[in-house]
Amino acid sequence: MKQFIAFIKKEFFHIWRDKRTLFILLGMPITQIIIFGFALSNEVKNSKLAILDFSKDVASQQLIQKLSASKYFDATAQLKSFKDVEPVFRQGKVKIVVVIPQQFANDLQHTNQAQIQLICDGSDPNVASTLKNYATAVIMDFQKALGNQQKLPYRIEPEIRMMYNPELKGAYSFVPGVMALILMLTCAMMTSIAIVKEKEMGTMEIILVSPLKPFGVVVAKAVPYMLLSMVNVASILLLSVFVLDVPIRGSLLLLISEGLLFTITSLALGLLISSITDSQQVAMLVSLMGLFLPTTVFSGYMFPIENMPLPLQIISNIVPAKWFYFIVKTIMIKGLGFSYVWKETLILFGMTIVLFGISIKNFKTRLA
Amino acid sequence: MAKFNLNKMSGVVVENIGKKYLVGKSELVALKGISFEVTKGELFGIVGPDGAGKTSLFRVLTTLLLAETGRAWVDGLDTVKDYKEIRKRVGYMPGKFSLYQDLTVEENLDFFATIFNTSIEENYDLIKDIYQQIEPFKKRRAGKLSGGMKQKLALCCALIHKPTVLFLDEPTTGVDAVSRKEFWDMLQRLKQQGITILVSTPYMDEAALCDRVALMQNGRILAIDRPENINKSFAHPLWAVQSENMLGLHKTLKQWDAVASCYSFGEYYHIVMKNDDSSMDSIQNYLHDKEYQQILVKKIDANIEDCFMDLMNNANG
Repeated sequence: MKQFIAFIKKEFFHIWRDKRTLFILLGMPITQIIIFGFALSNEVKNSKLAILDFSKDVASQQLIQKLSASKYFDATAQLKSFKDVEPVFRQGKVKIVVVIPQQFANDLQHTNQAQIQLICDGSDPNVASTLKNYATAVIMDFQKALGNQQKLPYRIEPEIRMMYNPELKGAYSFVPGVMALILMLTCAMMTSIAIVKEKEMGTMEIILVSPLKPFGVVVAKAVPYMLLSMVNVASILLLSVFVLDVPIRGSLLLLISEGLLFTITSLALGLLISSITDSQQVAMLVSLMGLFLPTTVFSGYMFPIENMPLPLQIISNIVPAKWFYFIVKTIMIKGLGFSYVWKETLILFGMTIVLFGISIKNFKTRLA
Repeated sequence: MAKFNLNKMSGVVVENIGKKYLVGKSELVALKGISFEVTKGELFGIVGPDGAGKTSLFRVLTTLLLAETGRAWVDGLDTVKDYKEIRKRVGYMPGKFSLYQDLTVEENLDFFATIFNTSIEENYDLIKDIYQQIEPFKKRRAGKLSGGMKQKLALCCALIHKPTVLFLDEPTTGVDAVSRKEFWDMLQRLKQQGITILVSTPYMDEAALCDRVALMQNGRILAIDRPENINKSFAHPLWAVQSENMLGLHKTLKQWDAVASCYSFGEYYHIVMKNDDSSMDSIQNYLHDKEYQQILVKKIDANIEDCFMDLMNNANG
């Protein structure tokens, strides 16, 4: 036991004296959360809108006012003819153009029917369809206001409510995602590098010729990074609650225990990587390519897994981050209890046992 | 039964150890069936150039590598079966400096003491002489020490648990002459504590400081004996030759039919004549005829390096 503690102490010295790495490890979650929270977002706001109004009557003015009043649009240009439409798109000045034909108010009043053309920049399909939806919603709203004056024969009004995230905030999905990513990176990458470093520096040679047991070495290496990860979990949770207003609806204790479990899974992965690599660079590359990429792609917080082709959906099942992401989302955002995540927890647990088993078995008690 | 008694007296027994490596698709034979025995309390040197197989041998003995053929015992324990027990008992100092560079001198020593279930205080006597020299720098990080001090620290760390057998792989490589001398003095003192010491070195002059040496080349042991016996075993008269034109002299000597071998040694060429009865005059006259100036020829006693060159030529020839 004394040996074990001495080893952990030594490991803390290594981490503490490498200030730059420590700074990155502790600073990474904070910058990630802040970048994702403020800079990167897939919500479309203040999109530049141009108007080509041939009608210039009361109704068209009202519609234009309504459009520019919305927080999604920012009316920047008044076009004069169809010839102007393409240049403004080409220059990237606007994302959407609203074309109001001649006799707009007249048509509305006399035939109860008028047309409006929306021209979007299809080179960015997601933004284009989002803008189309926003614009349509504003126009429907406008139509409803007109309709109040007359009776329409049939009308179905959908009442929409977004459960768990009424404002459709992006933060609700990326906080769990960033958590999975950070834990995976700090635990797996740093442990694998720490162990491979001993091989590279030659210290593994003397460690092996000592009474230390392989299991003890491996666990002692992992403990400091586990504690570090817990600090990261805490800072991510604090930032998301107090800076990004993402609530923790479920049990905090359950959330932290699941975090601990995922940390151990990642550590086991790191150990596995260290047992198959011999240099720090290779360990880092393998961790980045083998963990970072699958974690971002397959955990489901950037790209919905349901939309992937079947083979990829199957592959996503072996990515631990996918299960952890689901668990965190369920506990944190939906506020549900353990009975809703026990299956996923069990899967993570099983993965951890298997990974640990392989890496302990793979740990070489000799040099070659 | 005879074998068993032998083991009890022996610090290390090596029996027909062979080791191969796969380098790409080709095989590299590092050890070609080596056998020798080291008595308890002996200071045993393994001398040979780089690539002779010294490090591989040490790794087999410290249970870090498995040999393909043969068996070995350290302190009476089998290196394959009893590797866990051996690891508790031996001290090992690898050729490459292998301590934690970001830990201080004191922290390194303390760490190695603790993982061997002991403490600095408990075995301070053993390392006192050596540790006192680096103690003024105990708060300094190991990576910032000079080469000689690093080796002293590494030796302290290998000694801290009072090993029965100490393996030192090229401890003096890359260390200045004064530190090398000091290091060997320390080994002599450790020997008096009854520790069996195996030390490898590429420096021939250090061989004379061992109780017995094994001359090693290309994975084979060429000779094992006390250094003075090895020197005596040199069968031919040896001549040291010098002149004002050393470059030309080398060519001349190499081309001379009567010369068996010729190699440079410091400021001289050492030559062995094919005919053991050749006289100093005959050599001097021959070189005089070739118009060399300031010719100096003297008869000398062979040292380890001469023996090594001789054994090497025989082994290759």
